Amino acid sequence: MAAEQGKVDPMKQFQIEPLFGSANWELAGFNIAFTNSALWMAITVILLWTFVAGGMKRELVPGRWQMAVESFTGFIDDMLEANVGKEGRKYVSYIFSLFMFILFANLLGLLPIGVLGLHPFTFTSHFTVTGVLAVISFSIVLVVGFWKHGIKFFTLFVPHGTPAAMVLPIALIEFFSFMIRPFSLALRLFVAMMAGHVLLKVLSSFVIDGLNAGVGTSLMVAIPSFALMIAISALEILVAGIQAYVFALLTSLYINDAEHLH
Amino acid sequence: MPQIAQLAEFYSSQIFWLLVFFGITFFLIGRGMVPKVMGTVELRDKQIADDLAAAQGARDAADEQEEAWRVRENENRAAAQAKIAEAKAEAAAKTEAKLARAQKRLDAKLEKAEAEIEAARESAMTEIEDVAAEATQEIVARLAGGKVDKRTARSAVKKALTNA
Repeated sequence: MAAEQGKVDPMKQFQIEPLFGSANWELAGFNIAFTNSALWMAITVILLWTFVAGGMKRELVPGRWQMAVESFTGFIDDMLEANVGKEGRKYVSYIFSLFMFILFANLLGLLPIGVLGLHPFTFTSHFTVTGVLAVISFSIVLVVGFWKHGIKFFTLFVPHGTPAAMVLPIALIEFFSFMIRPFSLALRLFVAMMAGHVLLKVLSSFVIDGLNAGVGTSLMVAIPSFALMIAISALEILVAGIQAYVFALLTSLYINDAEHLH
Repeated sequence: MPQIAQLAEFYSSQIFWLLVFFGITFFLIGRGMVPKVMGTVELRDKQIADDLAAAQGARDAADEQEEAWRVRENENRAAAQAKIAEAKAEAAAKTEAKLARAQKRLDAKLEKAEAEIEAARESAMTEIEDVAAEATQEIVARLAGGKVDKRTARSAVKKALTNA
């Protein structure tokens, strides 16, 4: 019985492992091991490329695939049009890349390929990854803001109609909320992805332990847990989409700030 | 939590590979492919808009032609109506003229007949006068034994006839 009591470590799924003996690869003194995380990034890129390439037939009457790709580009285009306006057009490439990259990563991490003995890895559950994406978005905001408005970009911290006496404290608060943006952007995605995966793993350990403990616990614990897992898996698919959307939406809102100040 | 436990070991690898793969995503897919997809959409939207505009134009042209046709039709109808009225008037005039001619002929015939009747009456009257005068002469000769000449008898008869 002891051997069947497979301990489920809910954190093991986030473990990074170097692949193909690349553990000691280095670039300018930094380790650049090709890890399982990098592998899933590569898979994400390949699938995303395949998806978009399938929609490039450029037919006048689109097929299903082309329609799907066009609805995604149209979705990003509409979002930027609504949030940034006409100037938003030039960010479609970036926001589309961001949204689709995160969306595919999130969804790929949910694939039930564990039953085949493979280990899916959700690289968006690592704040090193979400952090870099957030920093890129934040940098774009800073670059665009200072490029377009120069020193006037700092008026972003003083909303219209602020009484003179309140200018300093409000500017301070606005400045902090501005500087927190990259962190909230990165943490939101990382936490949402990690929490969902941990929850699923914990529930799966309930299922396994409950089944191993006998009929009573099977009925009382394992089966309800399994039902909950199914429901939460559905919820996680929703969350995967929502988090990608939120990341892209907030980035476009921040870009709007940079484009138009207040 | 491996995210923190392995941070020192793998942060550079994570950042490096993310930059590589997200870079590929952005430059290859975002910059390379997405504009083409959106170009296709734009092209289609433009084509649809153009087709709609062409359809609208064709419809306007059709409306215009219909209007022109209507105007022409109305003119034709008016012209036809005028022709009918003219023909009617002409026919009426002809009929009138014919009637007038017929009337004239009838009048002439009537006059002639009247004249004939008058002549007949007159001749009948002279005959009656002659007969009456002769009869008067005869009656006078038989009754009074006198002889009345023809002229006296005639004047007497005339007097009696006009008085009668």
